Amino acid sequence: MTLEIADKHAIAPAPQSVPLDAEELKRARAARREAVGRWVLPIVILVLSVYFWDRLCVWNEIPHYILPRPGLVFETLLADWGILSIALINTLKITFGALLIATLGGLGLAVLFTQSKWIEISFFPFAVILQVTPIIAIAPLILIYVDSITAGLLICAWIVAFFPILSNTTLGLNSADHNLQNLFRLYGASRWQTLRFLRLPASMPYFLGGLKIAGGLSLIGAIVAEFVAGSAGSGSGLANQILEASYRLNMPRMFAALILISVTGILIFLSMNLLSHLLLRKWHESALKREM
Amino acid sequence: MTAMVNTNMQSDIVSSSPIVSLKGISKTFSNGTVALNNMSLDIRQGEFVSLLGPSGCGKSTALRIITSLTSPTTGRVEWPLEESKQKEHELSFVFQEPTLMPWATVFGNVWLPLRLKGVSKKAAHDRVMEALQGVGLEQFADSYPRELSGGMKMRVSIARALVTKPKLLLMDEPFAALDEITRFKLNNDLLRLWETFGWTVIFVTHSVFESVYLSNRIVVMAARPGRVVNDMAIDAPYPRDETFRTSSVYAGFCRDVSDALHKAMIVGDHL
Repeated sequence: MTLEIADKHAIAPAPQSVPLDAEELKRARAARREAVGRWVLPIVILVLSVYFWDRLCVWNEIPHYILPRPGLVFETLLADWGILSIALINTLKITFGALLIATLGGLGLAVLFTQSKWIEISFFPFAVILQVTPIIAIAPLILIYVDSITAGLLICAWIVAFFPILSNTTLGLNSADHNLQNLFRLYGASRWQTLRFLRLPASMPYFLGGLKIAGGLSLIGAIVAEFVAGSAGSGSGLANQILEASYRLNMPRMFAALILISVTGILIFLSMNLLSHLLLRKWHESALKREM
Repeated sequence: MTAMVNTNMQSDIVSSSPIVSLKGISKTFSNGTVALNNMSLDIRQGEFVSLLGPSGCGKSTALRIITSLTSPTTGRVEWPLEESKQKEHELSFVFQEPTLMPWATVFGNVWLPLRLKGVSKKAAHDRVMEALQGVGLEQFADSYPRELSGGMKMRVSIARALVTKPKLLLMDEPFAALDEITRFKLNNDLLRLWETFGWTVIFVTHSVFESVYLSNRIVVMAARPGRVVNDMAIDAPYPRDETFRTSSVYAGFCRDVSDALHKAMIVGDHL
């Protein structure tokens, strides 16, 4: 993730004709080592742990219905792809649906809260109540009251995901520079103009911070809700696959589903990071690479 | 820069009626601090007035009252040249910090005052570039504020104040945070712009040397409670440049103003 700004200010590569002295060579080597190590080390650790997992199963002769070898998990992932992919898509639908509603709802509520102190005073406590009540405790109620399972799952995942966006964006909208607010007043900016040109851009880093948390939470919310709903059939997601596989002691499939959930979470995290980087790279301190 | 309005050179600086006039302004903050006590001041068109005083003398408060960012406890601000009920005065404000939007380019920042009045980017382009040229930053239109030095950020801030072609420019210690070399340079730029555009400037500062160099009138203020104690004319001719800065005339004015400021502070100590 190199930045164009950082590149612009980076020290130009030393002309090849000038021989580097020992000190410079050492520094250049250290820099290169760090650049490579950043990627290679986590991969090496991952490969080693998978290998250790495999050896553990072999050395201790652990049966596959207790702890399957990684190879078997991978085979199951391929063999059961038909079932698992449908479950994955169902879970993704709930996750991204919830994230979308949480983003729109969180952002909208935050804007509403900052427009009127009275609205914030009236409704913020209820947002907190929704947040602090464990979703696993309300999920059964929601799933009873809401006819459509999909809608029930969406509501559960939304409740978990919307609060970080709401609270972060509210904070961000209120953190616009006071002198800039004065300037906007001086130039006779309307409420809408102040929101659009000052408050929303100023809250962007906060909002994106909330979005990063909400991305992970909407997946967690979706999985928890699926566990509670425990539905089988066409609408079932990855959590249902884990439940069902556990009833049958189908450990390889449990692991395969688990890996899919983890990978989904990682991808959500990475894409949120990328989005945040793309939106902030031009101006925000968090996205700038510093020259040391 | 050549085809600019050139109406208010110092020959006809003092027109009869003031552009803004403070009538018996007092300001008491909610914690009981008296920031200003019965301040009356006429600012005439084309003047370069410095409000000079120690911290706490209410000079910034006076500026904020003129902009209506703060309302006075008693007294009123009058704009004799404008029609009554006109809500927006043609003024610009330069803060102590550059106060730029970090997410917008230099162009975007200078465009802001026009944008808020509904001028499109295309329509504003020439005026924004003209303002940037005025401060010598036309090549940095696409840069972001954090890529600029402190002095350059201040120039952007001045360009933003220029772009609306204000009649009255209010500056609240704009160069206080800058190093001396940059400050001298911006002093010269400011004088050049003032002479070209024929603004009226109210400049808040705590530097005797800066106020003498820039202004043709210095209002010395004292603290606790904030009030005007002296109103001095600096009738050295413009254009002023480095020769003026090192001249004995300049040194003489600096001494007079320093004395006045010193007296103001002694009076303050007895209260």
